[in-house]
Amino acid sequence: MSNTTIVPFGPQHPVLPEPIHLDLELDDERVVQALPSIGYVHRGLELLAERHDFIEMANVAERICGICSFIHGQGYCQGIEQLMGVEVPPRAVYLRTIWGEISRIQSHLLWLGLSADALGYESLFQHSWRIREMLVDVIEETTGGRVIFGVCKVGGLRKNVDDAVLKAVRGRMRDIQTAFNEIADVFRQDPTVKKRTVGVGVLTAEDAHILGAVGPVLRGSGVAHDTRKLGYAAFGELDWEPVVEQEGDCYARCIVRVREIDQSFDIIAQCLDRMPAGEVEVSVKGKRPKGEAMFRLEQPRGEVCYYISADGKKNLARFRVRTPTFANIAPLVHMLKGCELADVPVIVLTIDPCVSCTER
Amino acid sequence: MSFLKKSPWVLHYAATSCNGCDIELLACLTPLYDVERFGIVNTGNPKHADIFLVTGSVNEESRKVVENLYAQMPDPKVVVAIGACALSGGIFRDAYNVYGGIDQVIPVDVYVPGCAARPESIIDGIVRSLDILEQRAKERKRQRKMVAL
Ligand code: SF4
Repeated sequence: MSNTTIVPFGPQHPVLPEPIHLDLELDDERVVQALPSIGYVHRGLELLAERHDFIEMANVAERICGICSFIHGQGYCQGIEQLMGVEVPPRAVYLRTIWGEISRIQSHLLWLGLSADALGYESLFQHSWRIREMLVDVIEETTGGRVIFGVCKVGGLRKNVDDAVLKAVRGRMRDIQTAFNEIADVFRQDPTVKKRTVGVGVLTAEDAHILGAVGPVLRGSGVAHDTRKLGYAAFGELDWEPVVEQEGDCYARCIVRVREIDQSFDIIAQCLDRMPAGEVEVSVKGKRPKGEAMFRLEQPRGEVCYYISADGKKNLARFRVRTPTFANIAPLVHMLKGCELADVPVIVLTIDPCVSCTER
Repeated sequence: MSFLKKSPWVLHYAATSCNGCDIELLACLTPLYDVERFGIVNTGNPKHADIFLVTGSVNEESRKVVENLYAQMPDPKVVVAIGACALSGGIFRDAYNVYGGIDQVIPVDVYVPGCAARPESIIDGIVRSLDILEQRAKERKRQRKMVAL
């Protein structure tokens, strides 16, 4: 291996909003091997469960990651509720589903923007974020927060949303969907987008399965696996199918996300149609979680696993999270093998890396 | 903002943050808030930057990167710490791998509070840092003159 050069990629890199470091071993312009090294965002969040009681811990769980914040909070609360045997009122379940899907759209739009930026398509980046901002307004109106929602708590929600507001949300979502459809066609058809993504970073269904890919990376390779099909929250009662694309290249992963946004709009509309009336919280006073729970949720980036172990005390014995990006790093390293140096940013972005989730 | 004589270029680094503040910072650059209309440009190169925006606290790994980036920026420079994490460690201050705020490793000029900090307050923080930047530039000029004399 005399002719190889090692090029460091990251931790601070213009296309990366977050620090991840890759050592790229290059033969001319071709990547021979990519070695990831992480640890820039490791905080030791899981151990904070010893410092904060299980109610407060919901706030910490939400800050595992600022992009999929709500779903982390939801996952944590669901686990604790399961351990305590608390039944959350149906209205809270539906509202959680809606907010979960809003976060998914928000996250995918954010990603579409960043990937457009990585392709060098600045105006598309700005348009995606303009639409995302419309969605953030809806989030702010219903929850009060912009990125950290802070509405999910053990036993339900902190805040109810009036039917009048929900009616307005429905109209707003329709507007956002119309605005989104205008740029969705650009991602689908634009020759510059296609040139940079079609056939780049191919991951076959078999490899995806063996390497344990999750989320849009897995579905982009033709495997119909979506954890929402487990039917947590309200997903069991709604009518939807996982989005799958066959090619396994960067373009397919991009299209999966574009189509998932459309699907999420549809899921939100269904939830609004069936919104049950009533309370949004039950009291958990005096109750303590006891036992072990392990459960899975679908984040915008893929499947996330939580493990909670509690022994009836105020603090949890153990809180553990396996996040989607962590699962997607092995497929990423595989995809990078043999690609061009110029394609590295695009491929890295198509797994939608969320480093603060990964390292916690 | 007509008093701006130069376009300040900003460098963003997410130290040990949760992403919340980072996306709010990116939101400042996009159409709704659009700081670019003031001439503020985001750059990926520390050697071009005047303002260093850091989100998140520091840990053993990111400490080196933050110090490195700061050292690579040319004088005069200012540092803006964004979000509760960057101020003091925020919600993670008790975590075992968090040292605390950014000011543990580099001097900070402006502190922007909030978890997550709102785009409006981030812009406010950047604008405040511009004054400091201008003062520093003047100070440097004065010192140069003194040396020349
Ligand atoms: S201040 Fe809050 S939102 Fe910002 S990085 Fe820290 S935990 Fe995340």
